[in-house]
Amino acid sequence: MRPGASETPTRPETQTVPPRPRGHDRRGWLVSAGFVALIVWSYRGTGVDPGQLVGPEGLRQIAIYVGGLFPPDLSWTALRDAGIGAVETFAISLVGSLLAVGIALPLALLTARTLLYRGVLFEARPLAPGPRALRIAIYAGAKALLNLLRTIPEILWALIFVFMVGLGPFPGVLALAFHTGGVLGKLFGEVIEDVDPRPLEALQATGAGRVRIMIYGILPQAAPQFVSYALYRWEVNIRAAAVLGFVGAGGLGQRIHVTISLFLEQQLLTLILAIYVMVTLVDALSAYLRRRLV
Amino acid sequence: MAEPVAHFPASTSKSAFPYLLGAGFLVVLAGSLCTAQVDPRRLLEGDALANAARFLRGAFPPDLSSEFLGHMMRPAIETIQISVVGTLFAVLIGLPLGLLATSSLAWSGVLHERRAAMGRWVLGFVPYAVARGLLSVFRSVPEYVWAFMFVRAVGLGAFPGVLAIGVAYGGILGKVYSEILEGVNPRPLETLHAGGASRLGVVLYGLIPQALPSLVSYTLYRWECAIRASAILGLVGAGGLGQQIELSMRFFKFDEVVTLLGMLFCLVGAVDFVSGRLRARLTR
Repeated sequence: MRPGASETPTRPETQTVPPRPRGHDRRGWLVSAGFVALIVWSYRGTGVDPGQLVGPEGLRQIAIYVGGLFPPDLSWTALRDAGIGAVETFAISLVGSLLAVGIALPLALLTARTLLYRGVLFEARPLAPGPRALRIAIYAGAKALLNLLRTIPEILWALIFVFMVGLGPFPGVLALAFHTGGVLGKLFGEVIEDVDPRPLEALQATGAGRVRIMIYGILPQAAPQFVSYALYRWEVNIRAAAVLGFVGAGGLGQRIHVTISLFLEQQLLTLILAIYVMVTLVDALSAYLRRRLV
Repeated sequence: MAEPVAHFPASTSKSAFPYLLGAGFLVVLAGSLCTAQVDPRRLLEGDALANAARFLRGAFPPDLSSEFLGHMMRPAIETIQISVVGTLFAVLIGLPLGLLATSSLAWSGVLHERRAAMGRWVLGFVPYAVARGLLSVFRSVPEYVWAFMFVRAVGLGAFPGVLAIGVAYGGILGKVYSEILEGVNPRPLETLHAGGASRLGVVLYGLIPQALPSLVSYTLYRWECAIRASAILGLVGAGGLGQQIELSMRFFKFDEVVTLLGMLFCLVGAVDFVSGRLRARLTR
């Protein structure tokens, strides 16, 4: 084409942007419309009435309630009670998390397919069909058990264990252990399956057996992540342990339940402050340990 | 076959830290075992075993009668609705507070380079600090405690559940929103600024387009968390499936508990699926 042939000069910089695909756009609008409909439907269904809160009457009620929280009850008995509750919550979260690791480790070994029936470990000596089928069945069973443990929330486990062994911190420990055991088991299993295969292959090439490959190849790679995940779940569990008491499983939650039920607002604020201090301390401790260990 | 080397180079470093840590850990663990009254024998006592057997016998087969399922449709729908409106409230609380709590919007960074008067700085910094403090309070009180307090304030039902999720997750969303907004690439903002764009222009054309996908994606993730929470908040009387689970548990109707758990499982799975699909599209 000769230069200057066209009447209007082209502007290449505006043409480098490709036009938006039309179908994509329409789907976006549909999704947005769907969400708006979902929100409207939900808003009507829940009988939400912001006026009840934001109106003058509601605001006055809130002001009275918040005013009642102050000052926090810092008398010796309230502080001692909060202290005992905090220590109990700490103990529940620590023992619960450790038990969870105890539940998670064996189940993780049984749900790591690379340990059971496939991958580097089974290249040199493949499994016979019979044992292989058995191992796949073990894998499926352990996986299902982990799903069950994980699906039931801590607070429901706590209800069940309170029913079994009675009130107190022990059912709280068991509840955390079962739910977190399911979560950690899944995470640990994935860590084992995702280790770098090259060291394992190197070990195998030197003639190491399956056990040696596990101990010297898989464990050193997986252990730091195990520790990291366990610490993270401990941080989650200190928060969970603080509320498990609502169903009678000890700790700060039980005391909070009592103070709210009896309208002891000033003690409630003391307990909430105790949770805050507790959670902050455990987060800091966990961050410190993670830096040193991982 | 040669034995593996006994010492790896890394393990020869002499430090007292592992021993101190180990000893401290054992002391704390022993104390915790006492405090938590851990006693495995209690699990194997006659009572506990009998109760477990009673639970399992009662739980199977699950109650799948159409009458019970029909009655439970309403709470199941309510659980979804609480999670949606709760997340909406969380956004309504978290977005304004999160914007105020964003240092790059309030008092530092590109937007405030041109006019660094002390008065303006204070005007930005005070709301920033207040918003941070509020978000921290909303976040650190667990949602169960919020729910319980709101049940006291506005009575039983779905509304206290919505408020509890709204406030607790509002605190979380506000913090994460501010982190996302602070973490955007500053160079497009500087370019706009150099091109003479006003503050609003920089925000609308530099900040929002960069941050929007992450903001929406995190909100959707919180919705997934909210459906779990809304099912459980019912235990303190805030509507939804949790309230039914608590009732069935109290009347020892374990077959109903198992059915309700199954329904909860399906709801959570469905929400995870929808939200996961949307998030995958957003971050693509």
